[in-house]
Amino acid sequence: MSIFVDENTKVIVQGLTGGQGRFHGLRNRDYGTKVVGGVTPGKGGSDVDGIAVFNSVKEAVAATGATASFVVVPPKFAAAAIIEAAEGGITFIVCITEGIPAQDEAVTYNRLVEDFPGVRLLGPNCPGIISPGKCNIGITSGDIALAGGPVGIVSRSGTLTYQALYELSQQGIGQTTCVGIGGDPVPGTNFIDCLAAFQADPETLAVMMIGEIGGSEEERAAEWIKANMTKPVVSYIAGVTAPPGRKMGHAGAIISGSKGTAQAKMDALAAAGVHVCLNPTEAGQKMGEIVKAL
Amino acid sequence: MDLFEYQGKQYFARYGIAVSPGDIADTVEQAVEVAERIGYPVVVKAQVKVGGRGKAGGVKLAQDVDEVRLHAGNILGLDIKGHVVHRVWIERSSDIAKEYYASFTLDRQNKVHLGMLSAQGGVEIEVVAEENPDAIAFLAIDPVRGLDVETARRWVNDAELDEVAREQAAELLVHLYECYTLGDCDLAEINPLILTPDNKVHALDAKVTLDENASFRHPEWEEFRADEFEDPREKLAKEKGLNYIGLDGTVGIIANGAGLAMSTLDVVNQVGGSAANFLDIGGGANADVMASALEVINTDPKVKAIFVNIFGGITRVDDVANGVLEALQRVAISTPIVLRLDGTNAVEGRAILAPHLNDSLITEPTMLDAARRAVSLAND
Repeated sequence: MSIFVDENTKVIVQGLTGGQGRFHGLRNRDYGTKVVGGVTPGKGGSDVDGIAVFNSVKEAVAATGATASFVVVPPKFAAAAIIEAAEGGITFIVCITEGIPAQDEAVTYNRLVEDFPGVRLLGPNCPGIISPGKCNIGITSGDIALAGGPVGIVSRSGTLTYQALYELSQQGIGQTTCVGIGGDPVPGTNFIDCLAAFQADPETLAVMMIGEIGGSEEERAAEWIKANMTKPVVSYIAGVTAPPGRKMGHAGAIISGSKGTAQAKMDALAAAGVHVCLNPTEAGQKMGEIVKAL
Repeated sequence: MDLFEYQGKQYFARYGIAVSPGDIADTVEQAVEVAERIGYPVVVKAQVKVGGRGKAGGVKLAQDVDEVRLHAGNILGLDIKGHVVHRVWIERSSDIAKEYYASFTLDRQNKVHLGMLSAQGGVEIEVVAEENPDAIAFLAIDPVRGLDVETARRWVNDAELDEVAREQAAELLVHLYECYTLGDCDLAEINPLILTPDNKVHALDAKVTLDENASFRHPEWEEFRADEFEDPREKLAKEKGLNYIGLDGTVGIIANGAGLAMSTLDVVNQVGGSAANFLDIGGGANADVMASALEVINTDPKVKAIFVNIFGGITRVDDVANGVLEALQRVAISTPIVLRLDGTNAVEGRAILAPHLNDSLITEPTMLDAARRAVSLAND
């Protein structure tokens, strides 16, 4: 099995007619994802390589029965697009947009929680989600993933997600689902949401968790793992050498005062029984050992 | 983007927050001119983006023109924790009856805004939080609903500010919240927020961090940018549109993706080296970006080797390889370059580089191998 998305997930692409939307939307379709429509206001009735374009999410959902949306629009329009998706009946929203103001994210997140409790947002500023062989929503290159499980991956960083997929696939270890939760300060989906879903998924037997400096989500995940997780977890945290007070590329990757350091996160995870590794390669090798011993 | 104190005060003033009258000066003569204009006594304050100015001698009271001359002369050029003072802020000295603390920031754990208010200001809030946590009144604010003056009034009561200060403080806090939200701040902090003997409340200091992601709706931030970077490498990188942070080590780093770039710093450190910078070239690893990246790193005299760490996803490694070769024709690089190329089209990429490899252009199969090689070259 997989978490959040599978071979039956019908996806619309908000921003399909833009350069990025077209490129990634078609790539996702070519991977086998059921991309059933696109949304661009004012371009309803046209199509992108055979994929019907609608004026609004509501129209697209009514016509296609889509439940998931891939939001790939510029930062200034992203918050409105996410809310439109929720209002239009979408229940799983993937937003890859990087550069959304934190104030917009904070308002959008809380609006979803208050007015659309059944909706899950993944991202923003994330690579998306791939359930190998079934569904790929986002910008992950499908050919570095390997279908069949038994490992679930959850990560805050895009390139480190690819690195993790690659390290596992090279060893012949497949993945159930790989979720990029994104590097912004207000992620719609957090580590615990994904860990809980992997814990509940019978086909996921082990989890790779990739974190980075900033915030306290890794520490909270450690507490959750200690209390609830029976499956082995391998972790890598980026940013041990990052200087305090500087945003390391991702808006959320910043050590504030003494809070959010990589070491604190690694200590918390190790104390929760997680296999904490010092670099991505070591994490891949450790997961290899664990999977062989399953 | 962190603002200097004077910029923070100018930003506060836009949102109706009371600050002391003052102006900036880059020379002793300008300082005198400002002081004469606003009237004595004045405070001469070093403008650096680092705490502990007072202890370092960067904040002085001046009663007359001779003292302004003396203090401005001493403070301009002063080195405070590695930050050289190029500018001072001169403001009318305020009599202080009480010092408070107020700030707004994002509570990342609960995904709401967090207000902090304390009747014990003037010292670092971290110290108050440690020694006397009950002295801070925390307020969680739903970003959808915002902060109204009624809530602010209850908040100033909870924080036990002096009675005479409460109404003014409540109104100021609503303005500060507007500055924080509408002004797109990551942090808006006043420490100290003072009560004067004649019962006026105003901001004596300003610490503001702006959210760069919101610059598209703040053309007024342009004036802050001229003074944004103290590190010339960072200034050049910004001009070239690169995501660069200067560090002190000897291995220059170029990676695609913020996580991989951070990870590259860590791995270099693990094998006994030290990174000269953080540089994420993102998905656009073409010749232009690569040439700009190499150019910026090349200006750093401490760099003894460069480690290019690329994991192709959307980025194709053959494009990166061509980009590197083209960049090397445009920029004369004085240090050896070690490349680790993996992911999409890595085989093709390595083949493109193969005929050009020599003692100063080297590829290694893994991230760890490449880190070791770069570090050993840098340490030679």
